[in-house]
Amino acid sequence: MSKYTEDDLEQELKTKEYKYGFYTEIESETFAKGLSEEVVIAISKKKNEPDWMTDWRLEAYRVWKTMKEPEWANVHYEKPKFQEIAYYSAPKAKPKLNSLDEVDPELLDTFKRLGISLDEQKKLANVAVDIVIDSVSVATTFKKSLGEKGIIFMPISEAIQEHPELVRKYLGTVIPTTDNFYAALNSAVFSDGSFCYIPKGVRCPMELSTYFRINEGGTGQFERTLVVADKGSYVSYLEGCTAPSRDENQLHAAVVELIAMDDAEIKYSTVQNWYPGNKEGKGGVYNFVTKRALCETNAKVSWTQVETGSAITWKYPSCILKGNNSVGEFYSIAVTNNHQQADTGTKMIHLGKNTRSTIISKGISAGKSQNSYRGLVQISPRAENARNFSQCDSLLMGNDCGAHTFPYIEVKNKTAQIEHEATTSKIGEEQLFYCNQRGIDTEKAIALIVNGFSKEVLNNLPMEFAVEAQKLLEISLEGSVG
Amino acid sequence: MLKIENLQASIDNKLILKGLNLEVKAGEVHAIMGPNGAGKSTLANIIAGKDDYEISSGTIELNGEDLSELAPEERAHNGVFLSFQYPVEIPGVSVTNFIKTAINQTRKAKGLEDMPAKEMLKMIREKSELLEIDRKFLSRSLNEGFSGGEKKRNEIFQMAMLEPKLAILDETDSGLDIDALRIVANGVNKLKSKDNAVIVITHYQRLLEYIVPDFVHVLYDGKIVKTGDASLALELEAKGYDWIKEELVQ
Repeated sequence: MSKYTEDDLEQELKTKEYKYGFYTEIESETFAKGLSEEVVIAISKKKNEPDWMTDWRLEAYRVWKTMKEPEWANVHYEKPKFQEIAYYSAPKAKPKLNSLDEVDPELLDTFKRLGISLDEQKKLANVAVDIVIDSVSVATTFKKSLGEKGIIFMPISEAIQEHPELVRKYLGTVIPTTDNFYAALNSAVFSDGSFCYIPKGVRCPMELSTYFRINEGGTGQFERTLVVADKGSYVSYLEGCTAPSRDENQLHAAVVELIAMDDAEIKYSTVQNWYPGNKEGKGGVYNFVTKRALCETNAKVSWTQVETGSAITWKYPSCILKGNNSVGEFYSIAVTNNHQQADTGTKMIHLGKNTRSTIISKGISAGKSQNSYRGLVQISPRAENARNFSQCDSLLMGNDCGAHTFPYIEVKNKTAQIEHEATTSKIGEEQLFYCNQRGIDTEKAIALIVNGFSKEVLNNLPMEFAVEAQKLLEISLEGSVG
Repeated sequence: MLKIENLQASIDNKLILKGLNLEVKAGEVHAIMGPNGAGKSTLANIIAGKDDYEISSGTIELNGEDLSELAPEERAHNGVFLSFQYPVEIPGVSVTNFIKTAINQTRKAKGLEDMPAKEMLKMIREKSELLEIDRKFLSRSLNEGFSGGEKKRNEIFQMAMLEPKLAILDETDSGLDIDALRIVANGVNKLKSKDNAVIVITHYQRLLEYIVPDFVHVLYDGKIVKTGDASLALELEAKGYDWIKEELVQ
């Protein structure tokens, strides 16, 4: 009988190659490998940075040197050799570009293969796209219409030149250089990233979007993102990632800082699809990211993430609910397959009165992967009437994967209300047979079940992103399901 | 339409069906009755293509085509529908989304485009009215938190949407109160035509008051041991199955 069984699916999953595994030959300028004060100074110089920025980096570097890599996460890997990494890589020959026509055709082709059509993005989705390829922005669109509202959206390297007062005022205020090993490293060597400032009372008229992509072999990527929403403003920010196939492990240690001032709202959505490594677990991106938001009075920050890629994911987008009545949300889908390992979750730090937070985490594990949710809900003594609701659901496929939940709850105020729910389920033969009997093949059935499982999170993504995310889930489970 | 000859099948090395013969023609309604453990659900699952069973001999043909070569979804594409005794839950997938996917996957298998949304909505409206299904019901997650009656009604709703050639109702009457039973039976009757066939698997005669079978078969110990018309069901209801056992012994 030609029935497609879960075993077949598993087999297919194992043999599935990374769809985006190609490599663009763009001439790059890369620094010699290794990290020292000289390299930090050279990066800063290369980018023509002011002295305060150079000093800031050096301070971070000095702290980093004294720090150790965190080892508490539920992931196992060979530590990167930090002196074997080149800390700066930029596509060569990059004069200022005014239109897409001026972009390297090979680069454009890369985008096409990724399914990222800038034209389409611009026309259909009304998205201003700031693309970061190997750390340097190559195309920025919609800058003008944003400019009319006083919105600043540009590569952070440019912002350091053009708006030094803003960058200097906010950079490192949510995530200090001393915060953790990877944040310190990022602070010392970050090459580029995005800066966004929404003035008081302005509602950003479009979704702001950045596509990141690692390109040059053996280079780490250290993105730095800073989003500042001034009082009463609103912005929705989209970040999407895909990376080409590599044999060596690539280190990705980004830092994202969000500042939501009084009555401001930031919605930050991520689709992450870095190269997960091959089916034996060789290669793949190490994704060690620090993301944190500061919420002032009545402010709201909502993190939504769809994590399908990377060999190792270590990521906890967090909210410091400093102001009274501020709101933090975290919606996450993490898919792991083959030998992928993910340790991801959030921290909700309740400082202000009447602060509220919601955590919805959906972990999907297939193959031999390990998927961990790790979250902290902390209620400080001053946080009267704080509320948290957490829900962590895990979905397992096959018998070789693992799902883990590590909730930490620290309550120092008696008025707090905390709820935590957790479920673990498995895609069962019965569910698949039921779908099959209705004419839905196993692959489609898995996509359907996974999408249903992830629905609460997908619903929080902006429309155009939700479609892409759904596609990604299907792609990563195409092979993934079996 | 359906022709089963000398079917022998086992699960975990235990022989369940022991040489079963059954022929169902288009336009006919067949009832299969029998005591627990006789193999009724096994038969339904095997026709639908469930993988757990080992078929050691015999053939199953649908319109002359050997079904045993086909995957469950291919059988579905060929018009086989099973109303499950225990329909599964799929959280987060609405009744509408599920049936839409099922219809479009079936169309795709036949080389057709997706059904236009307007047509789909119209059909959903018609069929849900037929089965007296509330519109709110359609946006709920498939079978999640459904009562027994809602689950069964949803099965028949899907049957109505998919318009199968051969529908197998596996204990569709269990868990239904009398009103729901009437609605479901009414739905099945309206969907009946010259070109399709229905197999009703049931313990009780109750459902057969509403869906009147052309043939009633008694499945006992893996074989069909007796076949009659609708009156056989009444006889079984009155006398139980023991007299059949006794008949067999003689």
